[in-house]
Amino acid sequence: MISFLTDYFNYAVVVILMMTGLYTIFASRNKIKQLVGLSVFQTSVFLFYITLAKVEGGQPPILVPDPGADADKGYAALEAAKVAAVDFIPAGRDIVDYSNPLPHVLILTAIVVGVATLAIGLALVVRIREVYGTVEDDDIDRIDYVFNLEGTDEPDTVPESNPT
Amino acid sequence: MTDLLAYYPPWFLEQGAALLPILPLLVGAILAILPTNAAGRSLSWWGALAVAVVLIYTSLGQMLLVYTEGPYQYFMGDWEPPRGISLDVDALNTPIALLVSIMAFVALLYARASVIAEVEPKKHGPFYGAFLFVVAGLLGMLLSGDAFNIFVFVEISSISTYVLVAMGSSRDRRALPAAFNYLILGSIGATFYVIGVGFLFAETGTLNMKEMAFLLSQLDGGSRVAQVGFAFVVIGLGLKLAMFPLHTWLPAAYAHAPSFVTIFLASTATKVALYLLIRFIFTVFDPSLAYVSTIVTYGITALAVAAMLFSSTQAIFQTDARRVLAYSSVAQVGYILLGIGLGTVAGLSAGYLHLINHAVIKGGLFVCLGAFWYHYGITRTADFAGLGKMMPWTMGAFTICALSLIGVPLTAGFISKLNLASAAADQGWWWAVAVIMISSILAIIYMGRIILTAYFQPPPAAAHGMTHREATPLMSIAMFTLATISVVIGIVPEGVVEVADRAARTVLPLGGL
Repeated sequence: MISFLTDYFNYAVVVILMMTGLYTIFASRNKIKQLVGLSVFQTSVFLFYITLAKVEGGQPPILVPDPGADADKGYAALEAAKVAAVDFIPAGRDIVDYSNPLPHVLILTAIVVGVATLAIGLALVVRIREVYGTVEDDDIDRIDYVFNLEGTDEPDTVPESNPT
Repeated sequence: MTDLLAYYPPWFLEQGAALLPILPLLVGAILAILPTNAAGRSLSWWGALAVAVVLIYTSLGQMLLVYTEGPYQYFMGDWEPPRGISLDVDALNTPIALLVSIMAFVALLYARASVIAEVEPKKHGPFYGAFLFVVAGLLGMLLSGDAFNIFVFVEISSISTYVLVAMGSSRDRRALPAAFNYLILGSIGATFYVIGVGFLFAETGTLNMKEMAFLLSQLDGGSRVAQVGFAFVVIGLGLKLAMFPLHTWLPAAYAHAPSFVTIFLASTATKVALYLLIRFIFTVFDPSLAYVSTIVTYGITALAVAAMLFSSTQAIFQTDARRVLAYSSVAQVGYILLGIGLGTVAGLSAGYLHLINHAVIKGGLFVCLGAFWYHYGITRTADFAGLGKMMPWTMGAFTICALSLIGVPLTAGFISKLNLASAAADQGWWWAVAVIMISSILAIIYMGRIILTAYFQPPPAAAHGMTHREATPLMSIAMFTLATISVVIGIVPEGVVEVADRAARTVLPLGGL
């Protein structure tokens, strides 16, 4: 059990964060807390991808001219790094191991997406607070109860009739 | 049809696949910064309409190209996979791209008058801009051959959709919580999808779906990692396409969004997610794998049946007409999922046909509902009393689409339900035939209730003195285009059935389960 945790420590953290985030989303009735949960949930995915990219003993995937080698060797190492996520190349071989840079790039995109989602979510919460005066789901449900029951629009926002 | 290819310049056919997602993205950004005066508002609508016309032209060209010369891959920036992103153009996705373009065009016809009534004047430019982003995202999801690129397009379309739904708040404040719940559940869905893609990437080391499919097929019987990835992808897409227990975001979002947004979303958004599900189940994974076929046969079919029965029943008890149609949408997604669950060419073809038909029918119904709201401000089913006399032509179009939804002969809905039932019977799934019948009877109840109220109850006393009205010309064009299409498909189904068969044979070249 302990060795399993130490071997897969990052994945354990990913799972804990993921479940914490999901639980927060579903258990809280406050819109801000739900957004916090969503952020934690998305962050766990970032960590998951970054963990996938890590190659044991791998170097940062930066092409620097190796002083002891000819110019082409760096590119050969990059090719090796490309497959490193699939076939793990054990340390001690004469080619340099690189961590896979691709998941990092993907996660940069995913972070941007996450920020955009959070921004829209917060903007919506601001609007909800302006309109309802609360960000609690229960209060919002209570305020809208009559309208939901009758299936109507709010009486004061129904247009009288539009000129044709 | 293929003669039409003569009207396309060769370079345009060559580059058309890239144009589909890029053009709305670029024009959308321009529309968002147009001036807010009357000229700018008008220009934003014309701009969006022009884009929709170009998209119809382009996607039709791509579809005909695939039909004459077979599927091909377009390399973005001439970078070959796995380094670059490829667009896979085949008989499965080009018809849906054409469908999305046509629905965008028809919805925009409706939008001219309704957006002026529903959206603040200074927000028209960004509103149409966000709409084009949704279109770009949907077309990107359809065409992209890169699993992570699809996630990005999913988020482009979803984030714009949240904004569009929330724009309904100037009419109905419940649009705000609806958009928020959609945002939470939609983001969970997209994140589940990206977790699944992460597992598949860990297993195969590639993001290109064709390579991924090849490498997964090399794993004898599939690995544990691929199985986990499959589960996450299916659940993530299930949230996006409103698979039965994951559909809770849909009714509120459809009911409270601006009517124009509802028309477009109801007819396209879930359909594109359904396409992705088909693509992942049948082309990336292999339905011959035990874990895939188990999920398809038992999991997806069970959820499909649950959707067809429970959501149809829920639709009966709704008091808001838009919610009736929203629950009905969940039920119709069930029909399409049943076609996928059958796993045969005939079943998938019927599901695909229903996907097309339902987009047309539900689009038409929501256009009519939007016209009722626009002229009389009504959405409750009880308020439909007398509408058959007050807006006879609009109610006529509504009735045609409603009959098509129920599946009356000579309408589009009949053809797809018949094909689905016969595909189920071929497999010996007689209980599925019974479920289709029961669900159709439930559809008679919930649609019939509205139609009976409209035709056989007198207009309310308050409506005396209200003159007989009809929808604006553009709205009428929109609703009658869709109603006519649904009848034409019902009378001359060969063309559309052929499209669906080609799509099904593309993903199941060996004949399915």
